[in-house]
Amino acid sequence: MTDIVLEARHITKAFPGVVANDDVSLSLHRGEILALLGENGAGKSTLMNVVYGLYRADQGEILIEGEPVQLSSPRDAIRLGIGMVHQHFQLVQPMTVTENILLGSEITLGRTPFLDFEAGRQRVRELSVRYGLSVNPDDVIEHIPVGVQQRVEILKALYRQARILILDEPTAVLTPQEIQDLFRVMRELARGGHSIIFITHKLREVLEVAHRIVAMRQGRVVGESLPESSTQATLAEMMVGRKVILQVPKGPAHADQVVLEVRDLSMSATRGGVALKDVSLEVHAGEILGVAGVQGNGQTELVEAITGLRHVQSGAISMNGSNVTAWSPRQRSSMGMAYIPEDRHRFGMVGSYSVAENLVLNTYHLEPYSRRGVRDDAAIRDHAEQLVQAFDIRTPTVDTAAGSLSGGNQQKLVVARELGREVSLLVASQPTRGVDVGSIEFIHRQIVAQRDRGIAVLLVSAELDEILTLSDRIAVLYEGEIIATVEASQATREQLGLLMAGVRAPLNA
Amino acid sequence: MAPVETTARRASAGVLRRRWITAGLTLLLLAIVILVDRTSLGDGPLGILFGIGVLRFTLRAAVPLIFGALSGILCERSGIINIGIEGMMLAGAFGAFAVKSHTGQLPLPLSLALSTLSACAMGSAMGYLHALLSIRFRMNQIISGTAIIVLATGLSTYLFDPDWLSRGKFSDIAIPVLARIPVIGEVLFTNGLLTYLALAMAIALHFLLFRSRWGLRTRAIGEHPRAADTMGVNVNRWRYINTTIGGAVAALGGAFLVLEAVGQFKESMTAGRGFISLAAMIFGNWSPLGALGASTLFGYTQALQNQLLLSGITRVPRFFISMLPYVTTIVVLASVVGRTRAPAAEGEVYETE
Repeated sequence: MTDIVLEARHITKAFPGVVANDDVSLSLHRGEILALLGENGAGKSTLMNVVYGLYRADQGEILIEGEPVQLSSPRDAIRLGIGMVHQHFQLVQPMTVTENILLGSEITLGRTPFLDFEAGRQRVRELSVRYGLSVNPDDVIEHIPVGVQQRVEILKALYRQARILILDEPTAVLTPQEIQDLFRVMRELARGGHSIIFITHKLREVLEVAHRIVAMRQGRVVGESLPESSTQATLAEMMVGRKVILQVPKGPAHADQVVLEVRDLSMSATRGGVALKDVSLEVHAGEILGVAGVQGNGQTELVEAITGLRHVQSGAISMNGSNVTAWSPRQRSSMGMAYIPEDRHRFGMVGSYSVAENLVLNTYHLEPYSRRGVRDDAAIRDHAEQLVQAFDIRTPTVDTAAGSLSGGNQQKLVVARELGREVSLLVASQPTRGVDVGSIEFIHRQIVAQRDRGIAVLLVSAELDEILTLSDRIAVLYEGEIIATVEASQATREQLGLLMAGVRAPLNA
Repeated sequence: MAPVETTARRASAGVLRRRWITAGLTLLLLAIVILVDRTSLGDGPLGILFGIGVLRFTLRAAVPLIFGALSGILCERSGIINIGIEGMMLAGAFGAFAVKSHTGQLPLPLSLALSTLSACAMGSAMGYLHALLSIRFRMNQIISGTAIIVLATGLSTYLFDPDWLSRGKFSDIAIPVLARIPVIGEVLFTNGLLTYLALAMAIALHFLLFRSRWGLRTRAIGEHPRAADTMGVNVNRWRYINTTIGGAVAALGGAFLVLEAVGQFKESMTAGRGFISLAAMIFGNWSPLGALGASTLFGYTQALQNQLLLSGITRVPRFFISMLPYVTTIVVLASVVGRTRAPAAEGEVYETE
């Protein structure tokens, strides 16, 4: 075929300890949207970074329009018409949209070193109109929503006349409506002759927008298929390598008395954060309350207020009838609050400590783990052996450093520590972010099992699927306010999507 | 889109208001100074606070701070913390003096030019060394900067020969017409070449930093080097260039001390000016014009200290008066904490893989 614009042949790339790409071959056709599907750590991003010149492959070659090319830096990639939108946006926060788009390929006033801002602005407006990516050229990046920031990223590539676009997990930060908008732009670009590689692990999106699907697992390409002949189940199986249960079985909730009550909670925004405005919610024993919302709408602030990591300005938090607003995190934890933080590396564990030590981070000061201020290693290790068994944490020994476990096992370790004792409330924030499908299934089962044992669960997640699968009731957080609470059985994806975008439509009226 | 635009507009309204306030204060100060100079108001304590003498001294004290702060901005805007300004300045002072005292037989302008070049060469060498240690050898930039100070202090003390003598300095040049403006002419337009250079450089650098291709790239690599790299900007190359130039600019501050202010070299003659420059850079929020203003403020405290000591005020022990510049630095820095914003990627090593 002559219309192959990009071809990777036998790419191998190893990092100390892991082979991230093992003899990977891939081709991309003109006008095609190719979905590159795989779990975290499957090697998708590594492959794309090789194509974009950020990493150099140990072996293999890249061909553009049939010609072998040397890609030793992003400069080369840009020159060859490759543009990449990274998962973590590569935008300079205090600069304007125009400055960010021009950076590296500036328009200057004649031959002087000075920038021609007017021409730059004009060019940005032109591109913005031509591709339906609406931005204001003079806005400063840190003042605009992530959805708009993503448009700036795409414009950066188009400004450099990219014909091949790589989008790395572009939907992670978007509302369902923004995702539809992105897909519209992608289809339009493809029709206009651009070729797109769309990296994702979300099966629904792959089926919706891709022309062809390639799956990767453990650094290898493990399968290829077409959306017409695939279902979510077949794709999941191809991605994971075995049959997976996408929906954890779950019976009706038997909600009991109120365990957590939050009343009129408010606090002002800290730098880079969101203010909470009069947040009220209740979580009953035996139910899961899901908090839905696009990332950065106050989830972190809410969770940290409830767990005692942040001071609140007004409002009250009660647990099992006691007002705990002024309590320390440890007091709340000993009262029976379990907490799975959104970022396990920073807040959930100490990577350089052993598995056993990490498992007593919340109880090390109590008998039997320490006696008169001296810790009892035998008791700590016994406890660890039990939890490693019960929660299926795959680790060589309990003395292994927690940081060397896989993401899924690290998260299981956090879950084991928090749920391996008697608790009455579980606060779970993004409990499955960056975790493999097998571990997601395990963690979901655990959460449902805890609910069935009569524990109150507050589940905060930016993944709408996760919220819909697990929750009994769903509260939607938008710009620090809970703008609606709905019964999960009556909620639809579209309705939640609108709420997440801040549209307060009359719901069950 | 609507809420987005309003935030942007609100931000620019804040900037605009700040500019009006600055302009207003400047005019007010100017009015006071002219009154003090032209009327009998100047005979009392107001003469000490706002007389021509104190203002001329302010500028003299500010010049090394301006060079130092601009050096800091050059480095830190590109992501390299420069705690070693003090050392670069001292190296510059020594470099200027060494050449000056050995070119006494040449015509004075030539000798001065060679000495200034020598200062810049010494400073660039220090700047390049700092870049090398921070980028190539991934040394902690605070440690590397401290090493620069120790190195410059040690070398200049070891190599300095008290028998060396330097004759002649940059003398004041009155700029035609402008120098005849009352007060302003005397303060701003009757100075040595290096003073004019400092003022011109602050304005030029401000313009370059916010309006030129080099400035855009420099700011980008100091904020988010990876973003710049993915757009094809060579991060470490620009860091080397900026830090090396930064060294030369700091050295001009040293050259000013030797070639325009004092005329001689003394061991450790920079006396903490490099550190006050750092404070001026922070107080000026990493912008050249801000640093110019902050340096002037710190220069003023030094001038005031000087005037107070000269006027023979005895009720306050003179040690307390001598503390003035340093105490002001501390108070000012403590008051701006949280209101200024350092380049986000400052001090981080940038590696691609």
